[in-house]
Amino acid sequence: MMYTTMIIGMALITVFIKAAIFMLGERAAFPIWLKEALAFVPVTVLTAIIVPMVLAPHGQDIELSWRNPQLVAAIAAVLVCAGTRRQLLTIMVGLAVFFAWQFGVLGR
Amino acid sequence: MPHPTSLSSFAAGARDTLPMLVGAAPFGVIFGALAAAGPLAPWQGQMMSLGVFAGSSQFIAVGLAAGQVGLLVIWMATFIVNLRHMLYAATLLPHVSHLPARWRFLLGFLLTDETFAVMNAYYLKHAHEPNGHWYFLGSGLSMYGNWQLWTLAGLLFGTAFPQLQTLGLDFAMVATFIAIVVPQLFRLPQLAAAVAAGVFAWFLRDLPYKLGLLAAIMAGVGVGLALSHWQALQRSARRKA
Repeated sequence: MMYTTMIIGMALITVFIKAAIFMLGERAAFPIWLKEALAFVPVTVLTAIIVPMVLAPHGQDIELSWRNPQLVAAIAAVLVCAGTRRQLLTIMVGLAVFFAWQFGVLGR
Repeated sequence: MPHPTSLSSFAAGARDTLPMLVGAAPFGVIFGALAAAGPLAPWQGQMMSLGVFAGSSQFIAVGLAAGQVGLLVIWMATFIVNLRHMLYAATLLPHVSHLPARWRFLLGFLLTDETFAVMNAYYLKHAHEPNGHWYFLGSGLSMYGNWQLWTLAGLLFGTAFPQLQTLGLDFAMVATFIAIVVPQLFRLPQLAAAVAAGVFAWFLRDLPYKLGLLAAIMAGVGVGLALSHWQALQRSARRKA
């Protein structure tokens, strides 16, 4: 039930954001600073979510070690993406390194 | 006139969106699989794709829901992450403002990063096409149907292999986000914004209700804005010198 409420709220917020300008027409004014700020939102949100997941995958202390498969695979994914800028390749290499490290190298 | 009937315009919109449909497919599957692995019921995963229809906010909500985060934080994150659609709408507005309200609402609901890219390119070439809204509808509806289909595929996959969760499926989300973020980091303000957000997120990670996440977003955006303004000042100073 809690998740249904969450989804309905998300849907209302998103529909409002997407449709408001088209419905209001020229009456909606958009400040320049907001335009500039929005350009930084995707990069900051996604980075802020993954950094703790990679550095402390068990939600406890920092795990800066080669025995942390999340960290090793994330570094591999960043390198592949910086080198090729290809999204799908990045995801596939990242996942391959993650599973290879987890089961092959660490034997878990 | 390249598309004489509403139907041919609709079909052309869907056809020109095809590369985007292929690109969105893996994200739909990963979203569905993550939703099935997390605390949501499978039908709630589909409901989110049907009602919210905004990929990155859906990923974030599923990730945060798994971490027992408060509703208000998830809604605020949804708001911040989806705010960019207002920019898209403002850009396309001159081409839809003549349409009836129900058309404007429908096309607004169907706005995504992909359809914006397709429509922006289309209106640059065909600014006064009378069937342009049908082209828009073709692009938007094909993205919508595509997203539902691949969400369902991911949900079925995730439900069939529930042990995926213990194998570390959440790393699929990390890899997906890296693939979105890294190509944007080749400009200094973006890189600094990401570093600031990461550092704040790390040190504030124990704040309740994931408030550290919101603080990290604000810090990152602030650093990015400050740096891009500083760069602009430097450029204009050099021009004067």
